[in-house]
Amino acid sequence: MSSVIPELSQPKSKTELFVVFTLLALQGFGGVLAVVQQELVDRRKWMTKAQFVEEWSVAQVMPGPNVANLCLMIGGKYFGLPGAMAALLGLLFAPLMIVLALAILFGGVADSPTAQGALKGMGAVSAGLIIATGLKLSTTLPQNPMGMRTAIFFAVVAFVFVGIFRFPLIWALLGLGVVSCYITYRALKQLQTKFDDKSSSEGPRS
Amino acid sequence: MSISLSPQDWLDFFVHFASLSLLGIGGAITTAPDMHRYLVDERNWLTDATFSSSIALAQSAPGPNVLFVALMGWQVGINAGGGFSAGPSAWGLGLMGVTLSMLGILLPSSVLTYKATKWAHQNRNLTSVRAFKSGMAPIVIGLLVSTGWLLSVAQNDYAKNWKLWLVTIVATLVVTRTSIHLLWLIAAGGLVGATGIL
Repeated sequence: MSSVIPELSQPKSKTELFVVFTLLALQGFGGVLAVVQQELVDRRKWMTKAQFVEEWSVAQVMPGPNVANLCLMIGGKYFGLPGAMAALLGLLFAPLMIVLALAILFGGVADSPTAQGALKGMGAVSAGLIIATGLKLSTTLPQNPMGMRTAIFFAVVAFVFVGIFRFPLIWALLGLGVVSCYITYRALKQLQTKFDDKSSSEGPRS
Repeated sequence: MSISLSPQDWLDFFVHFASLSLLGIGGAITTAPDMHRYLVDERNWLTDATFSSSIALAQSAPGPNVLFVALMGWQVGINAGGGFSAGPSAWGLGLMGVTLSMLGILLPSSVLTYKATKWAHQNRNLTSVRAFKSGMAPIVIGLLVSTGWLLSVAQNDYAKNWKLWLVTIVATLVVTRTSIHLLWLIAAGGLVGATGIL
């Protein structure tokens, strides 16, 4: 499978990072990840799907709020520590003000049946958005160095473990992760030896 | 609810969130049970109802879900100041609660993530670093689908909640097949839900 490498763009300043992440955060009801993926990959083209999955893998494995990790990694990639802070502040500041305002205005959560119904509907949609994000990103699996079949196998097993059998997420990450990283490591090593053999036999002799 | 917190208590409060920061693999929400044990059962700084409504409110408002931690900090501060109606002194304590809880939950994990990412970037050509990033990819993809699945389908009884399933499935299909702005879908879900037919 050959894919055309899209022209990538990037943020021009820390202010742009702050503004972009503020806008992302304000659109994220019931989680921001789906919005981050659509906006940064599909619309702004700051990274490819495959790069996004790589970043997300790290963000997910590191402790702490995943989306916050993702933001500071992306911000840090372009502008170092100040970039990381700009992205993280963008993600948190405006939504924090809104959520505090809501807490002050409504005390507890609005208990009216209308508000409850609306929340239910939004919840069902945001669940769909997360599933869709996973499905969209799964199109990167064929290019995985461990091979398409193995990659799909691991994705399905992770889903069955956590989605169906309800094992804690951390066991899937650590348990399955160790095995799949090991398999990938061996696959990459094999590719390297092949490549080294070729370059030593075909390379120019001095 | 009125409580009083000494400087030592505030320090404990910060340290508690800071220690949970490094335990929250898979998101801060995974440590919510421990926050409940500490804030509600052990220290009596929050009521059960306030604790639950902090999580519900943060999830229904825009922004990352970790903001439920800020709301807990706010409520503890407000309670320590004698309630919201007690005026600016209580609001000040509320803001202090927000600052301490958010710094606590974010600082340790952010420093670690930032350092680790920097290291990984400098060593991006190492086979082990590449193996880690590519090796985790299928697993985190599988986990994403299960997160959405657990939020919707697995939580609801089919006979009673088939309409919610339908909404989730339609949303999934629309997002995978079109490039429509996600905000429209959320708004549509909210509107349909508000009519009470779900």
